[in-house]
Amino acid sequence: MCDYRNEFPQLAREVYGRPLVYLDNAATSLRPRSVIACWDEISSVRTANLHRAVHRVATEATEAYEAARDAVKTFINAPEREEVIFTSGATHSINLAAWSFGEAFISEGDEILVDEAGHHSNIVPWQMLCERKGATLKVLPVGDDGAMRLDLLPELLSPRTKLIAVAHVSNVIGLVNPVRKIADAARAVGAKLLVDGAQGVVHQHVDVQALGCDFYAFSGHKMYGAPGTGVLWGRRELLEQMPPMFGGGEMIQTVRWAGTTYAPLPRKFEAGTQNISGTPCFVPAIECLRSMKQDEGIKERVYRELMSMTDVRLFGTTEDLSTKVPVFSIAVEGAHHEDLALILDKMGVAVRSGQMCAEPLMDRFGVTGMLRASFAPYNTMQEAEYFLTSLRKAISMLK
Amino acid sequence: MTLKEKQQEIIDDFSLYEEWLDKYEYLIELGKSLEGLPEGKKTEDRLIKGCQSRVWLDCEKRGGVLVFAADSDAIITKGIISLLVSVYSGRTPEEILADDFSFLDALGLKENLSPTRANGLVSMIATIRSKAAENE
Repeated sequence: MCDYRNEFPQLAREVYGRPLVYLDNAATSLRPRSVIACWDEISSVRTANLHRAVHRVATEATEAYEAARDAVKTFINAPEREEVIFTSGATHSINLAAWSFGEAFISEGDEILVDEAGHHSNIVPWQMLCERKGATLKVLPVGDDGAMRLDLLPELLSPRTKLIAVAHVSNVIGLVNPVRKIADAARAVGAKLLVDGAQGVVHQHVDVQALGCDFYAFSGHKMYGAPGTGVLWGRRELLEQMPPMFGGGEMIQTVRWAGTTYAPLPRKFEAGTQNISGTPCFVPAIECLRSMKQDEGIKERVYRELMSMTDVRLFGTTEDLSTKVPVFSIAVEGAHHEDLALILDKMGVAVRSGQMCAEPLMDRFGVTGMLRASFAPYNTMQEAEYFLTSLRKAISMLK
Repeated sequence: MTLKEKQQEIIDDFSLYEEWLDKYEYLIELGKSLEGLPEGKKTEDRLIKGCQSRVWLDCEKRGGVLVFAADSDAIITKGIISLLVSVYSGRTPEEILADDFSFLDALGLKENLSPTRANGLVSMIATIRSKAAENE
């Protein structure tokens, strides 16, 4: 397990003279040498515009980029490579889906259902769509344990429900949502399902066909890949009917003053010069992700300890830890999340504090923010123990 | 004590602590001893934007000087604002506007606090300065 650690150069650094304990992986994961080398190699000797030119380097750059599409197709078991659209990240992916799907399929009085534990990126684009089209946004709530209230789904769905947008795994709660069941419920009323997989791809084996969803969105930077890269997968039948969000180079078939026709998938949705260095990094990033395994013992240890600490409230609890990923958000009675994060930082522990891009969820639980520690397979049991000890010390300093 | 003398006193106090955790202990103590604001004064118009924690700053003009009172829901932030209040409260608007607020750099607070927090500090300073400018 510790073999992984040598692959991630940042794990060797210190902060304030202490070894860095990086537990903010749910926000941005670290990058292995293979990804850094991929970026470096393309930037150094394979830089050219993709798809357009006939010269040698352009061909090589295009091959590297399209190899990433094949790798992603296999990674998520997409039926077709042309259904894999490269974006700048999950936020871009969801905005693209919301805009283009909305143009094609949403009209006044339609309904869109989002999940209460969703990231702002899977809430706000749908609010914007509803405002633009006069549609109604509905919310699928979570229970006190943080689990999605699936029992409320039947009454929230109607023949007017056009789309359901949920997270595969909540970035705050860390619970795996029952996507397959939601997909079945969506299909029963003729609604489509978009899944925000930003956390899901990191911790779950994703098979978009088995999940039964219509769209799946994720980012490269949370799965050991390059920042500024992302994917929107969508079913061809839908993507074909959706108009492009951006017009420009590469996305056209012919341009005349009388009108423009669009390129076939996926280029229709990839206007402009692509992320030529970053997107090919999906290949080594996926290899890296597949080669690592999360130590379940660390997850259990941290979960049990946080549950046992007085004054600590852990959000996202479950009897069955196989449904929880190692993302732990807490609130501490009498200690502000920001104070805790500042003190932990000075102890060398990088954690996240604040609203975690999920303000409605903070309101739901009646807190102004939370403290989140999120683990990756390269984190060790020793680091987990150091985090728990440091947390106890920080709490005692503040009380 | 002049404004500059007060700042120097704080810099001297702070320099006693070499370790960051000790500096935080000190700020936490200051935060705990700051009186704060009554709930009724923690209003939207007193809220300072740009902080991860919530900070409220109250300003009153009394006989030519500005009297500041402040509060925060986070204790380290409250410690920092108690430093600001002790330096700038009871000063004339002219004294405040003449100051360059560089004593915070001397404390190392700007660089060593998290970026969001540093933004919060900048917002607090900007609010104190604008109150002084309004009352000049």
